[in-house]
Amino acid sequence: MAAGLDSPQGLNGRGRGARRRIGGALYRRPWLRGLSLLAPPVAAFTAVYVAALAVLFVSAFWGVDPFAGTLIRHFSFDNFRTLWDASVYHTIALRTIGIAAAVTLTDALVAFPIAYFMARVAKPRSRSILFVMVLLPLWSSYLVRVYAWRLILNKEGVLNWVLHGFGLPAANIAYSNTAVWIVFSYVWLPFMIVPIYAALERIPHSYLEASRDLGARGSRTFRSIVLPLALPGVVAGSIFTFSLTLGDYITPKLVGGSSSDFIGNVVFDSVGVSNNVPFAAAYATVPLLVMGVYLVLAKRSGAFEAL
Amino acid sequence: MSKRSWAVLAAVAAGLMLPAAGVSKNTGGTLNMIAWEGYTQPQWVTPFQKQSGCTVHAKYAGSSDEMVTLMRSGGGGQYDLVSASGDASLRLIYGGDVQAIDPTKIPDYKNFLKTFQSPPNNTVGGKHYGVSLQWGPNTLLYNTKKVSPAPTSWGALYDSKYKGEVTVPDNPIQIADAALYLMKTKPSLGIKDPYELNQTQFDAAISLLRGQKSLIKKYWALASDEIDLFKNGDAVIGASWPYQTNTLIAAGAPVKDVVPSEGATGWLDTWMVSKKTKNLACAYKWLSWISTPKVQAEQAIYFGETPVNKYACAEMDKLELGSCAKYHADAAESYFKNIYFWKTPIADCGNGKKDCLDYTKWQQAWTALKG
Repeated sequence: MAAGLDSPQGLNGRGRGARRRIGGALYRRPWLRGLSLLAPPVAAFTAVYVAALAVLFVSAFWGVDPFAGTLIRHFSFDNFRTLWDASVYHTIALRTIGIAAAVTLTDALVAFPIAYFMARVAKPRSRSILFVMVLLPLWSSYLVRVYAWRLILNKEGVLNWVLHGFGLPAANIAYSNTAVWIVFSYVWLPFMIVPIYAALERIPHSYLEASRDLGARGSRTFRSIVLPLALPGVVAGSIFTFSLTLGDYITPKLVGGSSSDFIGNVVFDSVGVSNNVPFAAAYATVPLLVMGVYLVLAKRSGAFEAL
Repeated sequence: MSKRSWAVLAAVAAGLMLPAAGVSKNTGGTLNMIAWEGYTQPQWVTPFQKQSGCTVHAKYAGSSDEMVTLMRSGGGGQYDLVSASGDASLRLIYGGDVQAIDPTKIPDYKNFLKTFQSPPNNTVGGKHYGVSLQWGPNTLLYNTKKVSPAPTSWGALYDSKYKGEVTVPDNPIQIADAALYLMKTKPSLGIKDPYELNQTQFDAAISLLRGQKSLIKKYWALASDEIDLFKNGDAVIGASWPYQTNTLIAAGAPVKDVVPSEGATGWLDTWMVSKKTKNLACAYKWLSWISTPKVQAEQAIYFGETPVNKYACAEMDKLELGSCAKYHADAAESYFKNIYFWKTPIADCGNGKKDCLDYTKWQQAWTALKG
């Protein structure tokens, strides 16, 4: 049994033959090559993510024995009926969606000028400095940033101290939905700036020059050229800010007031407090549904081409 | 696989097994506990492990409800002991998660104050489901500079005078605080026990709380939240535990707490033993250890609560002069007439009828109130 020249590892003849056959098969059939490359991640994705979602959805139709706290694997619509009947869950869902929408809008309005400056005005050096400054908050813990906001918004916090210095009346926004909105807008802002920046940077300068040559003023160029071309970036950013707000429960818990519960808080309490996983699963389908609708709309606007 | 690799594998396996066998020989076993943070401090756990040979693994729970959930997770049996508060203990007893114990096996049991030998939140039908540990009142905390005159009634929490500056715990058992206030101020409702409420009484308590909601700055979930609220002036009055008062006073905040004229609700924690424990001997050793005056005193001072063992008073003063009186560890039995200890609301109100609202209803009402 002579060792082949191409097998310094000393593979025996049978192993080398098999390897050659597999190599040949992969070479002749490119789709097989693609499949074998994709199969492991796809399998993991299916097992971990899709299967988890499926279990979540199935368990939403189960119940819990109130006495012993054990799962009742019996199909019923009880959880959804409770969600439909009790107005408190409508209020909480609407509050969650409303604040998520407000946060998204705020971030879009704040992020656009920053991204525009970074992409089209700033010189390469100051651009990289700006980039670092935008991303720097992401290096620190989310919790630290939320607690920092508590110190700012407190009655005797930085905000009121500054207002007092200017002789203005104190703002009483600590522990309220306003505080939740401000903090969310702050923590998710980088997720809006980066996609808008990417979209703006891709607009060829020649378009703007052509617009100017055709006699358009700055505002007209912005409306007809920049904004439509940047919109996919805005929508891509809004997917982040909207979904991140929709699923959060820590910020409402820490800076929220007497009625600041989000869907996430109810889900968290249902699992950790009342041990009612099926109800939590049922309520968790609401943000899933909202996000589904949102993504369909976003796809129509062509946002995924900018990602 | 060659013979040699089998031999190596066998050697490795043997090596892995040897230390394991050694551990189980030297120690009395392992106790997995669910505890409040601060209840399994090295100060008293390390000497226990040395003395008993039992290893302690503790998991901290954030709420009574979480404790119940954890005790039931994986079919139970994952945990041997739980330091259940009164709003969880009956759920664990009726849910069949914990077992009755024999108090005569706990040497210090006879030294417990009478009130804590068979309190209704851990003793059912003459059977003791665990040993009482520590207790504390839910007090009325206020900022002495902003609140005057000094409040003497829970009514201050329902008074629009402090609108937007009130804070109460984010906990369904808070409904009992409203019921206690109604019990003393509206005798026509006929509330006998703030934890046994029929629909009419329950609705009255909820409507009182709904009126209170517009006055609330925040429902606090963590003790540190309430400390923040008082430190930064966002709240000036609220329901609290002695722990927050002591922390705030130590930080120089102008606060004081009081047990108002209506009395107060209070918590009483019990170490309970899982029905499926495999280490009953170690569990009893732990129950005995944690009941001794010295350990009781150490825990009381560490956490800011009151021991149930009457001999712990002297030990507390040894550790920190005046701490026995500060935490009412020397209180006379009559003191407890004014403290209504937490217990899980159940449908059976003890009057033969089952018309009381159970804890699930309390939870739902609390969610609806906050939403």
